[in-house]
Amino acid sequence: MVKNTWPDSSGYYGKYGGKFVPETLMSALSELESAYAEALADAEFQQQFNQLCKDYIGRPTPLYYAVQLTAKSGGATILLKREDLAHTGAHKINNALGQGLLAKRMGKTRIIAETGAGQHGVAVATVCAMLGLECIVYMGEEDIKRQAPNVTRMELTGAEVRPVTSGSKTLKDAINEAIRDWVSNVRTTHYLLGSVVGPHPYPMIVRDFQSIIGRESKEQVLAVYKRLPDYLVACVGGGSNSIGLFHPFYDDKDVKFIGVEAGGEGLESGKHSATLATGKAGVLHGTKSYLMEDEHGQIKETHSIAPGLDYPGVGPEHSFYKDSGRATYVTVDDKQALEGFRLLCDTEGIIPALESAHAIYYAAKMAKGLGQEILIIVNLSGRGDKDLDIVTKALGMGK
Amino acid sequence: MSRIDDIFQPGYKALIAFVTAGYPNYKATAKIAVALAECGCDIIELGIPFSDPLADGATIQKASYQALQQGITPEACLKIAADIRKKIKTPLIFMTYYNPVLNYGLKDFCKSCVKAGINGLIVPDLPPEEGLELETITRKSKLDLIYLLAPTSTENRINIVASSSRGFIYLVSLAGVTGTRNELSPELQSFVKRVREKTTLPLCVGFGISTVEHAKQAAALADGVIIGSRLIQLIEEDAKLISIKSFVTSIRQALDTQKNTGGY
Repeated sequence: MVKNTWPDSSGYYGKYGGKFVPETLMSALSELESAYAEALADAEFQQQFNQLCKDYIGRPTPLYYAVQLTAKSGGATILLKREDLAHTGAHKINNALGQGLLAKRMGKTRIIAETGAGQHGVAVATVCAMLGLECIVYMGEEDIKRQAPNVTRMELTGAEVRPVTSGSKTLKDAINEAIRDWVSNVRTTHYLLGSVVGPHPYPMIVRDFQSIIGRESKEQVLAVYKRLPDYLVACVGGGSNSIGLFHPFYDDKDVKFIGVEAGGEGLESGKHSATLATGKAGVLHGTKSYLMEDEHGQIKETHSIAPGLDYPGVGPEHSFYKDSGRATYVTVDDKQALEGFRLLCDTEGIIPALESAHAIYYAAKMAKGLGQEILIIVNLSGRGDKDLDIVTKALGMGK
Repeated sequence: MSRIDDIFQPGYKALIAFVTAGYPNYKATAKIAVALAECGCDIIELGIPFSDPLADGATIQKASYQALQQGITPEACLKIAADIRKKIKTPLIFMTYYNPVLNYGLKDFCKSCVKAGINGLIVPDLPPEEGLELETITRKSKLDLIYLLAPTSTENRINIVASSSRGFIYLVSLAGVTGTRNELSPELQSFVKRVREKTTLPLCVGFGISTVEHAKQAAALADGVIIGSRLIQLIEEDAKLISIKSFVTSIRQALDTQKNTGGY
């Protein structure tokens, strides 16, 4: 069992977390917290979730020894946790399924969600189709342009995609709109938040549903290598795939956690999404955590080639891990992420999501110079079909 | 007694006006505030523009955005407030999201507020559970920290807010964001009644109050009404402020005919 008992009863991870929301939502958050606690204690709910993880999502996803990538990197052994093979092509489905079942249990008929890369939106739309729930997805206009295939997928599975035109027209603004919708329709609607951000209990619920990634990885690595890994590497936007991988290893102190943030066009350019590397504590979207703000406390616009990392905040548990030193956070810029993307395509015949390509790049780089007995697990959080347009443009392929 | 407490006299219906500081521009806000006071507003709420105003509908979002585009910072809002304070005695409240306050530093912010002549604070994303630190500081600084209640608030939450709010309680008339509406929420009456049973604090109703008729109906139940988005629209429509003045005057008259109803 994991001894990490965060969050505390007020929803805090150390000094991060909490519930900074309009009064209208406070009762809904309490209701969600109680419903979740009941679901956790309900064997039937757990059984239903586990069964669907297996039959619908296709879990467990493999832990794949990337032989060629390891050879090419020339050092430590690289294992890929293949979340890209989960139904809908990313880890996002784990949480969407869990919360979808929870919403149904709570008697909610309408689901709203935000999406950046579209992976969460697709996962929610998919689960809603399967569970017979109405689904509305808020997506920044900029992201709708960048991730067109995912918009089509959402629409095909019956979701209404609402373009968000405020602010930077990306993930941050989509969350603002989703919260406004929730405030207005809170009695009938469940807000199916897609990352470990937002007010308590969201960071906890999303983490718990995503922790299946880490639990499986632990079992799988122990089964083959009879030992725990030395490093876990995952990209961090809001931070759900990374917390999902890290959390079950929290008390295994010899396992080092490395979170990879988006360096965009470089930290010095100011155009990046490296919240933990460059930000400071503040309150955004209902939670106290690191965030990127200007000197007056206004939230900054961010940039990343990977829309799923293009967010000025980060989950409160990551802020807690950073301050306590449990995890190390590094940055990989757009160009390096593209290199990581190419590298995985070339060596393993796997097209990664641009988000995951950040983690791939860093893992390959750090593997070099380490002995082969060193085990690195990289979370390949999603597949890259959605990114072909961005990548072909960036690499100057096709016309 | 704070300056805000003084406004609420038995039978009197308070008129609270919200405007975004720095909208449509830095210089306009003081002029607007003076006009609002002259037309019978009892309290003026100044919104500090924020990049991510998630409790606000389209009108105030747009006003905030426009103010930010012109470089309006919390510092600038404090200057605007100080300028208004020199001209009128009307109680002033800052409506601000929590992050700019946190960034400024809670103590420093409250100190600057007092210096600028601000009498109270409304922070829509700061429920009492998270507000303890700011509550302690505002008490010491003699600023009223005004909490909100919504129709979705449970009995337990009404008790928490009733025991922590100072000056008055801000009743959000409906489950929703700020913005004009065609009708008042049908659940307002039962909501006000539920809160009234638990507190003797004055109750002011805001969100969606857009017409003289709305104001009248809300004032029949509560001790004051708060109007925001409609005022912003009127400022946008008529920069000479003739429309806003005549609107506020007619609201004032309507409220004065409501005297001695309600419960306070």
